[in-house]
Amino acid sequence: MKLIVDKLGVRRDGRAILADLSFTVEPGSSLLVLGPNGAGKTTLLRTLAGLLPATAGRLWLEGGKSDQSLGELCHYVGHLDAIKSSLTVEENSRFWQRYLGGTGPVDVALAGFGLLALKDIPAAYLSAGQKRRLALARLLLAPRLIWLLDEPAAALDQEAQAALTAAVTARLGGGGLVIAATHQPLDWPNEHSLRLQPTARAA
Amino acid sequence: MSAFWELVRRDVLIAWKEGGTLGVALGFYLVVVVLLPLALGPDLNLIARIAPAVLWVAFLLSALLSLGRLFESDFEDGSLDILATGTLPLEAVVAGKAIAHWLTTALPLIALAPVLGLLLNLRPDAYGVLVATMLAGTPAVSFLGAIGAALTVRTRRGGLLIGLLLLPLFVPTLIFGIEAIGAALSDADSFAASFLLLSAVSLAAMVLAPPAAAGALRFQLQ
Repeated sequence: MKLIVDKLGVRRDGRAILADLSFTVEPGSSLLVLGPNGAGKTTLLRTLAGLLPATAGRLWLEGGKSDQSLGELCHYVGHLDAIKSSLTVEENSRFWQRYLGGTGPVDVALAGFGLLALKDIPAAYLSAGQKRRLALARLLLAPRLIWLLDEPAAALDQEAQAALTAAVTARLGGGGLVIAATHQPLDWPNEHSLRLQPTARAA
Repeated sequence: MSAFWELVRRDVLIAWKEGGTLGVALGFYLVVVVLLPLALGPDLNLIARIAPAVLWVAFLLSALLSLGRLFESDFEDGSLDILATGTLPLEAVVAGKAIAHWLTTALPLIALAPVLGLLLNLRPDAYGVLVATMLAGTPAVSFLGAIGAALTVRTRRGGLLIGLLLLPLFVPTLIFGIEAIGAALSDADSFAASFLLLSAVSLAAMVLAPPAAAGALRFQLQ
């Protein structure tokens, strides 16, 4: 299934953050959203996830079911890790797995990001990088077609970056779409890039 | 549907593990109810007469304390974004969190109410009807509270604002709750009417509050 974005515009508080943005993402390919701070990378990802309304243009999935919103097909991993510090690593991931409709043991996803040894400790004791790994483990807990990743490699060490690349490669191999906002090269297969510029902030 | 109960289960588990919010609510309930007879003086008849009203008003104030946090922690740590991209509609997320709030805050407060009734010289025949009215009436508190919590989720120190927003909405529950207790104690026929209206307010809140709070949350997430 192909993601098509046609003349997308997003305004927030009367300011145009994104204007006249068109691109397509083919199945099995990844798109890196590049650009300086404030260019609208996070806004674009949140709009794709259905968390922000598009004020102009439209976006749709070619061949998608009409009763499913785009957000229901997306994994969104934003700046915040969505982790409850009083729950253990396993409880956190089990909740998200069941909530997002995944099945099977959570150990596979935790092992994918090197968290298996930590599964019984409360998430409050995790380091920033470990929390990031736990947020990314959500990608493996439930199968979803589109992955929207906001600065996925921030705070990750080389081992975790390799785990992320492996997960992305597997998702792309299964016909998925991965869109990531980033400032650093990620070196993913079948990679395209989209460079955003801060729009003229006309009111 | 499993996602819905999973959400309820998670919120109950977090409340159990953290414990602080419930402790504050129970402590506040105790303090308010203990202070009032001290201020009124040793008139046992007066205290017994106003006991149901005191227990209800203090209940509402205690419940307000924890309602402010209903969506705030999920908003702050990014969970609300992920909850919104789930297959569960945001209305159901609101309902699930309101049910979890009722289970973790309202139920313990209701359990404490008869104990505090002892301190207020509550008539022995009033305990059953007090607990019954609270069980029937307080779902409205949790569900209407979700509207206030959703509206103030981005407001720093929104605790006082949520009180201003919500206390007027709690008026029907308060009036019918106390009316039902009064009618039961005086053997008046109006008990059934008051009790049914109290239950109706709860049922209406359970239906109307989720879409209202979900609308507010969608706006706040932008």
